[in-house]
Amino acid sequence: MSWEPVIGLEIHVQLKTKTKMFCRCPVGFGAGENTQTCPVCLGFPGALPVTNRVAVEWTILLGLALDCTIAERAVFARKNYFYPDLPKGYQISQYDLPLCKDGKMLVPTADGDRVIGIVRAHLEEDAAKTVHVGGSTGRIGGAAWSLVDYNRGGTPLVEIVTAPDLHSPEEAKRFLQLLRQTIVELGISDAEMEKGTLRVDANVSVRPAGSDELRTRTEIKNMNSFTFIARGIEAEVERQIAVWEAGEEVRQETYDFDAATGRLTPRRAKEEADDYRYFPEPDLVPVEPDRRLVERLRAELPELPAARIRRIEGELGLERAIVLVTGGLDRLWQETVEAGADALAAANVVANNLVRAGVDPELVSPKELAKLVGARERIPRVAFDEAIARLGEPGFSADPYLAREAVSDVAALDPLVDAILAAHPEQVAAYRGGKEGLLGFFVGQVMRETDGTANPRVVSDLLREKLAG
Amino acid sequence: MPISRDDVLHVARLARLALTEDEVERLTHELADIVEAVGIVAELDLEGVPPTSHPRGLVNVMDDDEPRPPLPLEDVLANAPDHEGNLFRVPAWRQ
Amino acid sequence: MAPVVDTLRLTAEQAAALLERREISPAELREAYFEAIAERDGELHCYLRTTETAEGDGVPIALKDVISTKGVETTAGSRILAGYVPVFDATVAARVKAAGLSLLGKTNTDEFAMGSSTENSAYGPSRNPWDPTRVPGGSGGGSAAAVTAGLAPWALGSDTGGSIKQPSALCGNVGLRPTYGSVSRYGVVAFASSLDQIGPVAKTVRDVALLYSIIAGRDPLDSTTAELPEPVRLPEDDSLAGLRIGVPTELNEAEGIEPGVRDAVRRTLELAEELGAEVGECSLPRSVRYGLPCYYLIAPAEASSNLARYDGIRYGARAEGSSYQEVVERTRDEGFGDEPKRRIMLGTYALSAGYYDAYYGQAQKVRTLIIEEHREALERFDLLACPTSPTVAFPLGERADDPLAMYAADLLTIPSCLAGLPGLSIPCGLSDGLPVGLQLIGPQFGENTLFRAGHALEQALGFDTVPERWR
Ligand SMILES: [Mg+2]
Ligand SMILES: [Zn+2]
Repeated sequence: MSWEPVIGLEIHVQLKTKTKMFCRCPVGFGAGENTQTCPVCLGFPGALPVTNRVAVEWTILLGLALDCTIAERAVFARKNYFYPDLPKGYQISQYDLPLCKDGKMLVPTADGDRVIGIVRAHLEEDAAKTVHVGGSTGRIGGAAWSLVDYNRGGTPLVEIVTAPDLHSPEEAKRFLQLLRQTIVELGISDAEMEKGTLRVDANVSVRPAGSDELRTRTEIKNMNSFTFIARGIEAEVERQIAVWEAGEEVRQETYDFDAATGRLTPRRAKEEADDYRYFPEPDLVPVEPDRRLVERLRAELPELPAARIRRIEGELGLERAIVLVTGGLDRLWQETVEAGADALAAANVVANNLVRAGVDPELVSPKELAKLVGARERIPRVAFDEAIARLGEPGFSADPYLAREAVSDVAALDPLVDAILAAHPEQVAAYRGGKEGLLGFFVGQVMRETDGTANPRVVSDLLREKLAG
Repeated sequence: MPISRDDVLHVARLARLALTEDEVERLTHELADIVEAVGIVAELDLEGVPPTSHPRGLVNVMDDDEPRPPLPLEDVLANAPDHEGNLFRVPAWRQ
Repeated sequence: MAPVVDTLRLTAEQAAALLERREISPAELREAYFEAIAERDGELHCYLRTTETAEGDGVPIALKDVISTKGVETTAGSRILAGYVPVFDATVAARVKAAGLSLLGKTNTDEFAMGSSTENSAYGPSRNPWDPTRVPGGSGGGSAAAVTAGLAPWALGSDTGGSIKQPSALCGNVGLRPTYGSVSRYGVVAFASSLDQIGPVAKTVRDVALLYSIIAGRDPLDSTTAELPEPVRLPEDDSLAGLRIGVPTELNEAEGIEPGVRDAVRRTLELAEELGAEVGECSLPRSVRYGLPCYYLIAPAEASSNLARYDGIRYGARAEGSSYQEVVERTRDEGFGDEPKRRIMLGTYALSAGYYDAYYGQAQKVRTLIIEEHREALERFDLLACPTSPTVAFPLGERADDPLAMYAADLLTIPSCLAGLPGLSIPCGLSDGLPVGLQLIGPQFGENTLFRAGHALEQALGFDTVPERWR
């Protein structure tokens, strides 16, 4: 029997507002422990929350980008549970009346757009940060003490819940890349998994391919990169298939993904079932977004990543288009092409050389980049690499690099090639014995000896000729 | 709906109250009486009546996203029963 | 040489006049109150702590111990907050300070303002100045008794279901529970957020109005507050001409209203007619039958959540334990008294899975009915009138072991609290030698009308707020 994974995602995004969700403490990384706190975010007796208007507007903006219905009336609710990182004994969140619901996001694929349902996007406050110390294992269970820093507590979080519409780990990863790019382009969050400003939990189940039943699902937490998300889901899908095929039942459980081992560890079952006793937050009043505000925000929406992928895939192919768009590189690519560069060559330079060199695409002049793309084959590789690395510098000009010609004179290169072949008799024998992949090794040696000024194509032609002889 | 001892224990767990045996006993009776008394709200057919969570109909009370100074650290920690450096300290979560 | 001030009779308004005319210095005035405290608070236990030094050169004031005062221990009458010294002022504390009022001390309260007798204070009960074997009412019994006993010219209390009005009635002074949202709750230890309001207690309606004008108005730190639609007017008029007073049958004939209480209220309503008011009957049938049950679902539910923050991590008492869970559970078990535990349990139950719709959800709908009933009645009448408390002050210990009997003490104050409406209690006579309170209920932001009616009746009644044993 073949199996189909059924995956839904729950995504938490930390908004980059200047202040917290319900108090005006500054939000930011790197401040001293507990120095960005006040009676409200410490849960001191009598302190009361006040809603951050910008956080509400940004959530609406995101909801619009996800094609959601924006609530006529949204209500904050208390989610009650005890944890050291939750100073009030409840989290202010939204429950039955979220700001945004019933949306969708299109994920372009080779077989058309996949439509991923967005169940809801709501606004809530983040928990504080707890450090566990004194334990033998370094894990929460073995720690003797928890140390609490409330700086992060109260930071605005948008929680996005998808429908269980994703059917493979790759699809989940692709969806997340697109979602992340959308969020970044809206300017509402850095959405960086490593920094924890984007956090993803996955709900996973499997079913016989072709059926539409929904079987018991499990939850995977603690995956801190897109690659780990795909791997974690993959591992869980395989585990569940094995369970069903062994004639057993999948149990509803929560797992932590351990990136180091690639293994899933079940969390110990809680002492009692979750019962969050949600009720409307009486310290806050409802939010009823003004329709004019909603329409103004809708008008401000930029062209979204999925649409841009569809627009440029004809020129580049789907995969390259996705890489450029989800990397935030397509605008630079577009302008570079408009400045005269070849579309495919420009795509490769932007997606590979520029990214490898860590250049901020925002700082690059498309005109100068187009010149470099055009001269790529002609100028020495060192010159090209150096030019790429300096593209982001203010006032960068490609012209001095274009003036540097690569050494393409066979007569000049001939003695050097001979000397290198003579110095590596074993590799020469291996090449001639069929290991043709060693060509790159020889090219590399020549490039090194010439400080990268030799024309690599001329060098490889020459090498091939000599090695054949 | 009568309140059982198990209900009391369950609710005490949710509310994080380590009740003594005497308290469990007493609260089982008291809560049963109170719940019976307040349970008469069930007599009313309130189909279609909107709930009130706030006695005045205010909406959209929000604040600008402009930072104000946080508390000085000494005030943050002034009442802490236990702290280590600038961090609040509490025995770890029991798994 | 300063005049000898009789704090038993001195109103805040008179005290302000003495200060303004420099007939007494701020220090001498405070000293007079501390002498009274030394003389009578041993018996009455109104104060949990006094503040010998305080800023401000205006009329001194006492604050209920649920109001955060920067640098002054604030316990809400609970062991779990023993030793807690706020690092910030509640908005009302800041406003009275800004008006120059100096803090005399923090007054006793039922633990977390949960109770109707002040017997639920972890620090021992307060006593009624009229008869120290009886309760002063609650939860603001400390503030109310202090004002009657001349231990403070005025005070602030908090009222969730009657905690200002009922103690004022039992102690024979004037108490105002303002319109929900007219006074900031910021910094006031929360009991039930959709019901809690802060308000003044004093000997006269004019003092109450003056103190209300100091604390009322929008606070950016409390999202549920609003600016007053009109300024506070200090009442002067002795006539009630043109005022329509509704007398809700159910609130005046409820089972459990003592005959002496009913008679005193009836006589006062006759007096109102003589002063020119139009008095007519009206009905709030569901507000009385379902008010108390509705309140005892909503208030405990909100309280169960509001009291979740007392976990022993950031402030307050902490019990020992080897894990977070153990610390929290023991801290809460040792720190909370019986009444908070009862309400936390009840509220947690009412919100828990499977019960929400039948209890909390249903109570919120009942609240809608109660609001509508009051709105209809207040379309026909400017004010509603009834007893504040069904009984006069009851003996200490009488209801301590019977939660339902204790809850019934707020039968008549609760409905208008659920509706978010202002209520003023004024003393309107004696029954068995103990004060009876008349409750006047107004529309939202109808405080000025309450003050006008209360003042005119006060003048006509000539009630002596000094307990007979001290005259
Ligand atoms: Mg969440
Ligand atoms: Zn804060």
